Parts: sequence; structure tokens; C-alpha cells
Amino acid sequence: MTALPNPGVRPEGEVDELRRLWRRPQGLRAVTVINNNYVGVLYVGAAFLFFVLAGILALVMRVQLAVPENDFIGPALYNQLFTMHGTVMMFLFAVPAVEAMGILLLPNMLGARDLPFPRLSAYAFWAYLVGGLVFFASIFVGWAPDGGWFMNPPLTTETYSPGYNADFWLLGIGFIEISAIAGAIEIIVGILRTRSPGMTLGRMPVFAWAMLVFALMIVFAFPAVILATALLELERAFHWPFFAAHLGGDPLLWQHLFWFFGHPEVYIIFLPAAGMVSMIVPTMARTPLVGYRFVVLALVGTAFLSFGLWVHHMFTTGIPQLSLSFFQAASTAVAIPSGIQVFAWIATFARGRATGRVRIATPTLFILGFLFIFVLGGLTGVMVAVIPFDWQAHDSYFIVAHLHYVLVGGMVFPLFAAFYYWMPYTSRHALSERLGRWVFGLMFVGFNITFFPMHFTGLAGMPRRVYTYAAGYGWESLNFVSTVGAFMIAAGVLIFIIDVARRFRMSAEDNAGNVWHAGTLEWLPNGNYSNRSIPVVTSREPLWDQPDLARDVEAGHYYLPGAPTGGRETIVTSPLDARPEFVLRMPMPGWAPVVAAWFTAGFFLLLTVKLVVPAFISGVVAVGALLHWGWSLDPEPLDEPVDIGGGIVLPSYMSGPRSQAWWAIGVLILVSGSLYGCAVFSYLYLWTVSPEVWPAPAQVAGIGYPLAEAALLVASSLALGLANRQLGAGRRRAMALAVVAGLVLLVAAVGLEFFAQGELSPSASSYGAAVYLLASIAGFFTLVVLVMGLFALARAATGKLGPVRRVTFDNMRLFWHYTVGQSLVGVALVHGFPRFAG
Amino acid sequence: TALAFFAPPRWLAGKGLIIGAGIVFPVITLAALLIYTLLAAPRLSAVEPADVTIEVVGHQWWWRVNYLDARGEVDFATANEIHLPVGRTVELRLRSADVLHSFWVPSLAGKLDLIPGKDNRLRLAATEAAVLRGQCAEYCGGPHAQMALFVVAEAPERFEAWRAAQRQPAAIAAEDAADSEAASGRRLFLSHCTTCHTVRGTRAEGELGPDLTHFASRLSLGAGILPNNRATVAGWIAGNQHLKPDNLMPEFRFDSGELRTLAHWLETLE
Repeated sequence: MTALPNPGVRPEGEVDELRRLWRRPQGLRAVTVINNNYVGVLYVGAAFLFFVLAGILALVMRVQLAVPENDFIGPALYNQLFTMHGTVMMFLFAVPAVEAMGILLLPNMLGARDLPFPRLSAYAFWAYLVGGLVFFASIFVGWAPDGGWFMNPPLTTETYSPGYNADFWLLGIGFIEISAIAGAIEIIVGILRTRSPGMTLGRMPVFAWAMLVFALMIVFAFPAVILATALLELERAFHWPFFAAHLGGDPLLWQHLFWFFGHPEVYIIFLPAAGMVSMIVPTMARTPLVGYRFVVLALVGTAFLSFGLWVHHMFTTGIPQLSLSFFQAASTAVAIPSGIQVFAWIATFARGRATGRVRIATPTLFILGFLFIFVLGGLTGVMVAVIPFDWQAHDSYFIVAHLHYVLVGGMVFPLFAAFYYWMPYTSRHALSERLGRWVFGLMFVGFNITFFPMHFTGLAGMPRRVYTYAAGYGWESLNFVSTVGAFMIAAGVLIFIIDVARRFRMSAEDNAGNVWHAGTLEWLPNGNYSNRSIPVVTSREPLWDQPDLARDVEAGHYYLPGAPTGGRETIVTSPLDARPEFVLRMPMPGWAPVVAAWFTAGFFLLLTVKLVVPAFISGVVAVGALLHWGWSLDPEPLDEPVDIGGGIVLPSYMSGPRSQAWWAIGVLILVSGSLYGCAVFSYLYLWTVSPEVWPAPAQVAGIGYPLAEAALLVASSLALGLANRQLGAGRRRAMALAVVAGLVLLVAAVGLEFFAQGELSPSASSYGAAVYLLASIAGFFTLVVLVMGLFALARAATGKLGPVRRVTFDNMRLFWHYTVGQSLVGVALVHGFPRFAG
Repeated sequence: TALAFFAPPRWLAGKGLIIGAGIVFPVITLAALLIYTLLAAPRLSAVEPADVTIEVVGHQWWWRVNYLDARGEVDFATANEIHLPVGRTVELRLRSADVLHSFWVPSLAGKLDLIPGKDNRLRLAATEAAVLRGQCAEYCGGPHAQMALFVVAEAPERFEAWRAAQRQPAAIAAEDAADSEAASGRRLFLSHCTTCHTVRGTRAEGELGPDLTHFASRLSLGAGILPNNRATVAGWIAGNQHLKPDNLMPEFRFDSGELRTLAHWLETLE
């Protein structure tokens, strides 16, 4: 046991100061709250609301399918219902729900005061809530998307879906993905940089590991669907033929991009749930998790494998046999890391049982239900991964059964376990154990009654996504049973809602506390400021191994017991071994993120219904709010370093590679790289499909263009490097001149690329569309750099940018160099590839 | 899971369980499955000349069925019904006229998608005489649920007789004199239906809807959703938007006498 960093009695009023600084804003300003405990609960609540709404849609569908040839609802509404059910469950419930659990739990679990960018979480939440509610409301006016949650073209192109319905999906969901990415950046930087001192990666709770893998998967998977939705919207609005076969496009390009996202999506949903299970099982078994390292490796392994098996959603599209076999191997291999985790949980229960101490409470029941259902879903998963079997089962009710066993078993049951388990952490009362057993019983039995028969319905030949079916093929009684089961699930969820309404009273300071005697930091006594002092962690279950920890943390005997800089703060630690590096001063609540989120949502939604002028106004307000928000970042450095206790004195300002902002921009660049990679893939893929629309080498724009563009781009980077040196030397005027020169060069390079394409039309062929796509992406990134550059110049002019206070400049510099590199790749591809391939 | 609670737990509580049951067992099982598939796959896609080649074109929400001759040209066209000779190799060339569809007759073969711009080929052989139902398996919008078809697998001699009959144009001239009701039905058809439908042997050469040359020989109408008789035909012409909402055929406001003659004539197209 190491000596306590702040052993003495703390000065009076220190706790009150913390309370005052971290207090939730009152009155109308309550919506500006940014504390993770409030935003997290709102976020979870919103996700649960969408779960209920999508569930109601499912009930309407089950009523329609209860008997054959039912005319309760027609195909137009039914098609919207199943599209919305899938879309809302995947995009508005499952991903936000686990992301929300991360925002709610992670800071406390890691011993931080809050996540590093609390206003970003508030922004992500509001954008999601407003966007999601309007998106859902589209079903009340018949504008809801009806092309399936996978939105396959050509059905979703303008020819076959002329209304707003498909646009709601493309703009609405594309935009909610952006909010998910914002949350992922927050989570990655939070997990890597704000852990308690001593919490090395090897001592990190499994949930944090799962969320880290989850967020990294979002970074690589979501850009694929964002690009796909952009391509489809470009084809709908401007007739750029990415998917139109007669102009050199290919409907299968959509399927590749969509499933490159769509399969990892399943694990993006499952891994955080598995992480929650790995937290709950040890507590309920009252013994540490067996095989911690195996479980962490399994999480990482699942993530890698999941990116290599998207084609198993395309086994029936006529792709060559050999490549199918590769994807079969990858698809079955992913069962192994899942199996490792299942047996780790069983072994942990068994060890708890060996000492006779497994606690059978409602969370335990939901975990056992999860294991049963998920294992069955895994077994049918191996079945459908076997290609000849899939040729029969694909797009039949067998798949409906399989995917609900995997997703409801793998995510919803763990989430309900988590609701029961963590309720005492965020509420004054735990939920009722007596009602909990009813909730579990109804949901578990109802689930199996609903979905188990669907295996047989599918094997009897009933396809998915049908609003009615014929009598006489043995489907009637199976369907009726499924409908009965669906209402049992609904009854279980209803009892849960009633119980939450009765017992949930949100509170951080007076929460019900550590009723399960769990071992991890989120169960320390806390307030809005999280922990009174930030503990030193020496093991994976600190509360089990350091009996006095809670008392000492509460007495302020650990690090940073007060608020030495007079604002909100947390300790930033090194990513691997969690050594304290600096004290991060964090922002107070403000209107900017909320307004920015509302108007960002407004921009996309108004654009969807072609209200261009209001959309533009909304967009301007959003950008204004974002700039206002950005202006308050990068605070004035303080002269005095901060003493956090134990003889550790830390700076309170950091720029360069150790700063949290550098890391956030780094993750953003990974997102951008992934997006651009998908665009390059699309270009090359379209060429393999239709090389005949590509130009012969002689028809490509003269070699002078790419050389000139490359020279301009390199010169732009050099000008930026010069600006960097001038800033370091404190010569602001010279710095500003170099930045202006660099921006001009960058804009010139993009302009020249559009000029070089001359007569080429983006709507004439898939080649033109692909070329203009890459040029447009370069144009968009250049625009962002331009805004960042002008922003930095404005800060320099007002004295907010200098040799020390330079985070704004560094952010711009990273993104600028990346943009130059990306544009160079684009120039090489667009001008080099046709010469080489032709 | 139950094991963890009721079995002697000592051997269950260690890392051995994770390694043995979680890694070694699945690796062996899955490897065996993969090898089996790799061995089985070549048999499923063996290349030998097919005895019958049929082009199946998916439309929203029906199936155009073109029997091809040796040169790959269309020999004759039918719709929503495929006849096959038992024991012979049949190649289906799957194309789409609009959106994605998927050809699935569960008792005959696995499914394969119909994709614009792609030429997917499915080889199969029926093993016994039977009438099999199939249904579009890739969501294609609107009344996707009502895009079915029937496959009639029959003895090779019967198949050849059917094929010879289908090649013929509709038998018109003989009827006109004998059956005045059929004649007025035919006139009605030729004045209202020729934009979309073809009846070989008449001036009806529309390509938007199914070829109706030998309509009366088919088992079903509306793409496999109704039995084919005079009552259902009349009901379909007058009320197809109720029977199959949002399908692309308009409803016709004929009086009951007109409907009767039209249905009667269509049912003479053996």
C-alpha cells in the first residue's frame, strides 16, 4: 500500500467549491447540462425511448402477420414499418444505447471527473435526439423510408423511390452516424488519456476495453456507410451514376460498402454488451473474471475478424465461389472469440459456485438468459455462414430468427442486466427485484416463443419482408405463435417501464450506492464532480483489494481533492501506464453545443424536404455556434503549475502530441482516412466492373495538370511548415502571411483539378462520377482547412494565438497536412490510374 | 450455463475450460465444416452444357420467363411459370429489368439474386415430377410479398409437348366464327390491353406486362397469387389494386358483361 498523496485533513469549503463548479445548470439553462452523469442518463433514456417506439412498430407488424392474407395494413405501410423497425433499432437504439452507457459509466469507472470533451457528448446527444425524433415522426405522414434498413439500390434510387422517404434515411441516418463518430472520438480519448493514476491498460475494466474497441470500430466502419449514403444521395439528387448499371455503375458497390459497415455494426453493438457482462458476472459471482487477458484478446480479435466477413451478407449475389469460401472461413472463425468469452463467463460463475457465493439477482437472470439465447444465435450463425446452407436460409425467416437471437440475446438482454445492475449507481433506489423476475420471465419466455418458431417458418420457405403470406404452406400456426410471443415481450417491457417510473430518482450524491459489493471505481461514493479525489489504482478490482479506498477518496486523501485552477478539471494520464501528465481544465456548460446540435439537425432535416433556404440559414447558425464554441476552447495558459498531491506538480496547459486535442484530431484523421479509403475503393471497384467507361491513356488530361497540382499541394504544406516556425519564434505577422499563402496554394490546387477535368461530366458515366467524387472530397476538406485557417488568423489577430498558446494552430496544422496528403493520393489516382490501366 | 451451476465445478472454474472448449473444440469443428464446403462446392457449380436454357427476368412484381433456343435467342416467352423436364440439366439465366430480386424455389435449389447489369446463372435438375412454388426472396418494394411463381417439373415427353404448344401463336381464327362472346372479348382486349401485353398472333405486342399468348394454360395469375379461372380473371381486371396493392397494372372499369367476355376470351388462350 503506497502512502496517501494528501494525508492531511482537507480545508473547509473545498467540497462546496467542487459542488458549486460541477453543479447542474438550473431553470431554462438545464438543457445546457454537460456533466456525464446527466447527459449519460438522458442519452440512455432517449435510446430506450427509441427501443420502445421501434418495438411498437414490430407489434403492428406481428398483428398483420398473425393470420394469412390479413388486410390489417397494406404493403405501403408495412414496408415503412419493417424499414423503420430495423433502422431505428440499429441506428437509433443499439449503437446510441451502448455509446450512452459508455458516457454514463466510463468517467467514473476510470476515476476521471468527466470525459475530456464534455460539450462534444452534449452535442452528440442533442443532434441524435432532435434528428432521431424528427426522423421517426416521418412515419406519421407516410414519408418514412421504405427501402429496407439496408437501402439497396436500384430500389432506393430516384426512379423507383421518387418521394422524400429514401432521403430521410440517407440524410437522417448519415447525420446520426456523424453524431456517433463524435461520441466515439470522445470515448477513445477519454479511455486512453483520463484514467486514474496507476490504472495501466492491464488493470483497465473489461467494459473500458470493450468501449475502446467499440469506438475504434466505429472510426473504421461508419465512414463506409457515410460514404455510401453520400453516393446514393448524389445519384438521387444529381444523377451521378454510381449504382446505375447502364452507365457503368453497379448496385453491388452499395452492398460492399454497406456490409463493410453493416457486419462490423453487429459487433459494434455486441462488444460493449459483452463488456457489460464481463463487469456484472464477476460481481455476481463475487470473484474476479477468469481469463481477463483471454477476454480482452477476444474483444480485439472479434474486431479484426469482423472487418473480414462482410461478404457473407452477399452469398446469393453470384460472387465467385472461391472468394465466397474465404468469407465463409472468416465468418465461422469469428465464433471462436465469442466462444472464448462465453466460456470465461461460465468459468467465472463456476468459480463463484465453487465457493458457494453466486448471487442470483435480476441482473444474473438476464445474463443467464443472454447466454442461453446468444449461444443459440451463435450456433445458427455458424449454420448460415456455411454457404450452401445460406443459399436456402438467406432472406428467409430463418435469418430473422438468427439475427434476433444474436442481437436481442447479445445486446438487449445484457443491456437489461446493465439497467438493473447500474440503476443504484445513478438512482436513489434500486429497481424492484420482485418485478424484475417478472420482467425477465416475460421477456425470456416471450422472446423464445416469438423467435424460436421462426427458424421453422424460414425452413418451410417463408421469405422475409413480406406484408402478407398465402395459407396452405404450413406457415399459419407458426406465425400466430410468434405474434403471441411478441406481446409477452411487450408486457415484460411495460412492467419494466412502470418499475422505472416508480423507483428511478436520479441522483449522484444520494445514489443507492454499492448494493452489489462490486469492485470497480464507478461504485465509489460520488457527486456531480464524480469522485472527491482521484484514486491511485493498483489492481483490477480496487474496491475489493483496497478496503479503505472509498473512505480515503471521500476524505480527499487522493489526488486533486479540490479545484486549484478555479474551474472544472481532471487529470490527463499517459495512454499505456497512466502516469499523470497534466491537469486538463474543462469547460463549463454553455449554449453553443446545444444550439449547434439543434441547427445541425435542422440543416440536414430541412435539406431532406428540399427547403433549401431555411436549411441554409440553419446551417449558418450551426456553423456560427460551432465557431463560437471553438473560440472558447484553448484557454489562456496559467503561469502556476498545479500541485495535485503526493509531491506531483503538473502543468495546466499542454500543446503538441501530449495534449488531448492532438489525440482527438488524430482520431478524426483516422475517420477521414477511412472515408477516403472507401472512396478510393469505390473508384477502383467501379473500374473492375466497367473498365469500358474509363478513358484511354490518350484521353486523360495532360500530364502538366497533375504535376502542377502536386507542386501546389507540396508548396502549401511547405508554407504551413514555414508558418509553424514563425509562430514558434513569436513572429505573428510572418506566420499569418505564410498561412494565407498556404491557403491560396491549397485552394488553387483544388480549383485546378476541377479545371483539368474539362468536358468530363459527372453524370455521364461512373468514371465521371468517381472522378468528381474524389475532387469533391478534396474540395470539402480544403473548405474545412480554409475555415480552420481563417479561424487561426482571427485568433492570432486578437492575441489568442502565440508560441505557447497554440492548440488551435496545431489542430489546423495536423488536419492541413493530412488534407494535402489525401489530395496527393487523389491526384495520383485520378491522373495516374487511367494511364497505367489503359 | 446450466453446467456452471449444477455440475461438479472444479474443472469448470479454470482457464483450461476457456482454452479447451472455447478455442480447441471450435477450431477443429469449424475447420471440418470449411473443408466439407470446399469439397462440396465444385459439385454444385459443375460446368456441362445444359439441356434447357431459360432466361428469367425479374420485374416489379412478376417474372418474365423466356425459353432460349440453341443460339441463345428467345424461342418463346411466358410468365410466372416455368416448366422443366425431370432429370435434365436446366440453366436459368437470371436478369433484372428494374430492381434487385431473388429467385428462390426452396424445394428445387438455393436462391440466387437477379441484379441489373449482372448475368447470374443457376443450374439445377428436378428429380421428380411435381408442382413447386417459389417466391421472390430479395425485397423489391411494394407488393414484394406477392411475387410468386410455380415450377412444373414433368416427364420429358410431356415437357416437349408443352414446349411445342407454347411455341405456337394463339389460336384465334377458329374461334371467332364459333364463339361470338370470345370475339367481343378479343375486341375489348385489343382496344385496351395492347400497350402492355403481347398475345402472339394478334396485334397485341406490348412488352410492359406478361406475355399472355397461352395464358389459359397457366396455373395461376397475378404472379402466383390466385388460381387461374374466369372468375379470378374478371376479379383481377376490375380489382387488382385490392388483390395486389400498388402493382403496376391499372384497374379497368368495365361493366359486368364486358368483364365476362374479356375473361372468357382470355380463358380460351390455351
